[in-house]
Amino acid sequence: MKKYEQIPHTSDIALRVYGKDLKELFANAAYGMFDIIADLEGLKESVSIDVSLKAPSKEELLVSWLDELLYSFYTKGIIFFKFDIDSINKEELVAKAHGRHVGENRNRLKSEIKAATYHDLEIKEERDGLNVQIVFDV
Amino acid sequence: MQTWQGPLEKIDDYRWRIPKSYMQGMRVPGIIYADRNLLESIKNDKAPIQVANAACLPGIVKNSLAMPDIHWGYGLPIGGVVATDIESGGVITPGGVGYDINCGVRLVKTNLTEKEIKPRIKDLIYALYNNIPAGVGSEGKIRVSASEEKKILTNGAKWAVDKGFGTKEDLEYTEEKGRMEGADPSNVSERAYQRGKRQSGTLGSGNHFVEVQSVDEIYDEKTAKTFNIEKGQVTIMIHSGSRGFGYQVCDEYAKGMSSAQSKYGISVPDRQLACAPVKSPEGKSYIGAMKCAANYAWNNRQCLMHLVRGVFEKFFNRSFNDLGMDLIYDVAHNIAKFEKYNIDGKEKLLCVHRKGATRAFGPGHPDLPSEYKDIGQPVIIPGDMGRHSFLLVGTKKAEETFYSTCHGAGRLLSRKAAVSACRGRSISQELAEKGIVVMASGRGTLAEEAPEAYKNVVDVVHVVHEAGISKRVARMQPLGVIKG
Repeated sequence: MKKYEQIPHTSDIALRVYGKDLKELFANAAYGMFDIIADLEGLKESVSIDVSLKAPSKEELLVSWLDELLYSFYTKGIIFFKFDIDSINKEELVAKAHGRHVGENRNRLKSEIKAATYHDLEIKEERDGLNVQIVFDV
Repeated sequence: MQTWQGPLEKIDDYRWRIPKSYMQGMRVPGIIYADRNLLESIKNDKAPIQVANAACLPGIVKNSLAMPDIHWGYGLPIGGVVATDIESGGVITPGGVGYDINCGVRLVKTNLTEKEIKPRIKDLIYALYNNIPAGVGSEGKIRVSASEEKKILTNGAKWAVDKGFGTKEDLEYTEEKGRMEGADPSNVSERAYQRGKRQSGTLGSGNHFVEVQSVDEIYDEKTAKTFNIEKGQVTIMIHSGSRGFGYQVCDEYAKGMSSAQSKYGISVPDRQLACAPVKSPEGKSYIGAMKCAANYAWNNRQCLMHLVRGVFEKFFNRSFNDLGMDLIYDVAHNIAKFEKYNIDGKEKLLCVHRKGATRAFGPGHPDLPSEYKDIGQPVIIPGDMGRHSFLLVGTKKAEETFYSTCHGAGRLLSRKAAVSACRGRSISQELAEKGIVVMASGRGTLAEEAPEAYKNVVDVVHVVHEAGISKRVARMQPLGVIKG
């Protein structure tokens, strides 16, 4: 199954993300986002952070998760590309994100994402799993 | 099949109405400024639906407006203008301002000519590229302590001028004099501080740029004289905003607004339009933080101009004063403002959201610098990097749009489609053949920002000029550009 794909959006960047469950959906969404930010191929992990979040709904939890990672990217300078979601339900998430410092990888950077938006955001359940469309402000 | 299937009633050649009856919940009609040609591309986009969505905002006055560079955004469309009546429960929505709070443009003149600069343009663009921090998460040389950052948030561009990064005249020629009253740093989170502390004087990425241009057409000699510009003269345009600081502010308040909105019994068709009454504690708190971000952005553009002046001084071995590098004007194009309008015979204080739209005060407006009182507010409209940019002025007629006009060319292709269209081509080579030197830090930026990804700004400006909501003064062509 496809993990994610970029879908046309006139002003910003939009992804459709797939996953068999919430764990996979959240991990794929995070990878898809960092794939917009930087060239991830061949990067080796050297640093990890713990993430623990609560939100009123699974959509809000998804945006919070992505924004949390963006915040760490901008303030700690870490490109993330591997995600272990330890536990997740509709309102709570505990995870580890692994990555590498931007440092000598500056030439891998592609696009600046300002934020994940709530625009048209809905996690949909279909026969073969979950999917969601996320619009990023770039 | 076109995305927009709803009605668009012709008012005249440049105005099209979405009637209130289109959707339940619309409080006012929508009006899109466009000609028949632009309207076709607009109909292929989700933007008209967003114009209708915005018409549902509580307290909205007259019409939900869209400028001709309108395109699909989130919440309000890019190119959207919405004014709400503060005393009648009017709301403010972070989605009507955007993530890049006070993204904007400034235009700087020089007394250099195209002839003088053309043979050395490549070296000049390299020098700019090497001295102006740009790109994803770019950090600058201006690093400030937390207490100093608070001063930036309350003082705006004045902070830079006080530090010697500019002149008092620069502030005179900046919208709001580079500083919005009422900025409240206590409404800003620690996280926003963290994201902002190293980014003053940085360009960012995406469509932000510094462009060296020459004036190639004057439409209104008299007004151009007031600006001291003539054909062949070199100008510089700077486009950037509030960087990570503003994005963080918008993000946090957009999250918080949805619970506020249910508290006030408000429902809107798009979560990204989550809002609260201007007079509510939640509304006030966002406004206090938004003004901080607006001030951050004005300071950022002031710092960027200071860096540009420094590069020119070194390159030409003359002072910036000697080079005539005066600021013509600085405009915000993502912001909410509080302005008085006469609505049905009564003066009312409105909250005017301009998201991808530029304020355009007409002649005689009290907020204009004295030198511009008779001609109206300068309006700066960047095009794409291969085509023209424009300098316009506001008109009295623009009162119908709450003194607002377009802000740029407006995207036509998604970034993905632009990259596909440019596969196997070198955009920098194509531009070089047209005599334009381009340098970009981000991989893929040039393809995403290729000229064909945008509507032709000439068409967009034609509409606002013919509709009478602003007036063409001069056109500039790009000589060289640095992109993030």
